[in-house]
Amino acid sequence: MVNIPDKEFILDALQEVKDPEIPVISVIDLGVIPDVIIEGDQVTVLLTPTFAGCPAIETMKEDIIKVLSGHGLDKIEVKVLYNEPWSTNMISPRGRELLKNFGLSPPPAFDGMLTLEVLRNAICPNCSSNNSYMMSTFGPTACRAIHHCNNCHETFEQFKPL
Amino acid sequence: MINFDAIKDLLYRLADDELIIGHRNSEWTGIGPILEEDIAFSSMAQDEIGHAQAYYTLLNDLTGEGTPDQIAFNRKASDFRSCHLVEFPIVDYAFSLARHFCYEIAEAVRLDSLRHSSLRPLGELAKKLSREEKYHQLHAMTWIGQLGRATEESNRRMQEALDLAYPMALGLFEPTEMDEVIAREGLMAQENELEAAWLTEMEKQITLAGLRVPKVTDKTAYYGGRKGKHSEHLPPLLLEMTEVFSIDTEATW
Repeated sequence: MVNIPDKEFILDALQEVKDPEIPVISVIDLGVIPDVIIEGDQVTVLLTPTFAGCPAIETMKEDIIKVLSGHGLDKIEVKVLYNEPWSTNMISPRGRELLKNFGLSPPPAFDGMLTLEVLRNAICPNCSSNNSYMMSTFGPTACRAIHHCNNCHETFEQFKPL
Repeated sequence: MINFDAIKDLLYRLADDELIIGHRNSEWTGIGPILEEDIAFSSMAQDEIGHAQAYYTLLNDLTGEGTPDQIAFNRKASDFRSCHLVEFPIVDYAFSLARHFCYEIAEAVRLDSLRHSSLRPLGELAKKLSREEKYHQLHAMTWIGQLGRATEESNRRMQEALDLAYPMALGLFEPTEMDEVIAREGLMAQENELEAAWLTEMEKQITLAGLRVPKVTDKTAYYGGRKGKHSEHLPPLLLEMTEVFSIDTEATW
């Protein structure tokens, strides 16, 4: 068991904490952990919510504490912040691959402002065509939209660019 | 020197509007006219209640007001600072959509100002919320445009709904006693400035949708909400919203 927590070790351990709504991607690959602060034996994990009203936040908080406790840490605090607003641009390349394999179209990267063009541009996770149209901006969870592929005629979900 | 009264005045209004519109929109869950719209209104309700929670959390952190749950569920109607537009019943899909449209355009205008707030945590939160709101705006404009131009009946019904919602929406910009202080301290622009931006954008969007801008003779007709004077629709809403909380106000979840 570790006595003095090490940042690399903690970030590594956090790979075990998955998004409860998309259980293939970890909080690290999702990009919701802006930093981990270590002061003595006190570990503070910073967590930035995807959507402000995301009900998964509480579960993520609990899971982070559970996983880190399992690694022998006991002074753990999870702080939810908004001052580094999360953006889908923070999802790691590996995270994007995992989303695609899960059947979710990864959010397109964008610069600065979200435009309608960005929102409408989704690549079909089944056939990789970008010939698709947005059927609904709202899907089964706050972070997903529904698109239809004109190429393979599948309807698919997209992780919304945010 | 931080002006706590101004911060409280502003945050209560922002949060209460979001909570009450969120509750109203959630009334579509299970009864939406088509599945996608059922999901859309439910998702927007979830976002709005989440935004209310974020504002209440800020209120709690910055000014020491109660916890978000206590503020949301443990106040009487006269303590709420939400406007009359948000408490009005859902009526039918056309009205709910027209209200949603009026509200989203107002929120876009307001968040644009709040992004530059001198109160940093509020400015940062506004930046986050404006990205989420993009989807609400896209949803509102898509449907207003579709129904405004689809058939004679859809155009007529959309117009009637807009005629009802639009004058109420002006209550969103009812200035409070803190209006000038808020602007002077750089927290947010003055209400009349936001109202002017809203009127311009509304005219543009309404025209695009093939509808007419409703005539308003008295813009103060639906004022009062910001002072805690509400219509008869708020108390029953609060009764329903707090039903579970009231069973045991100290319960933990």
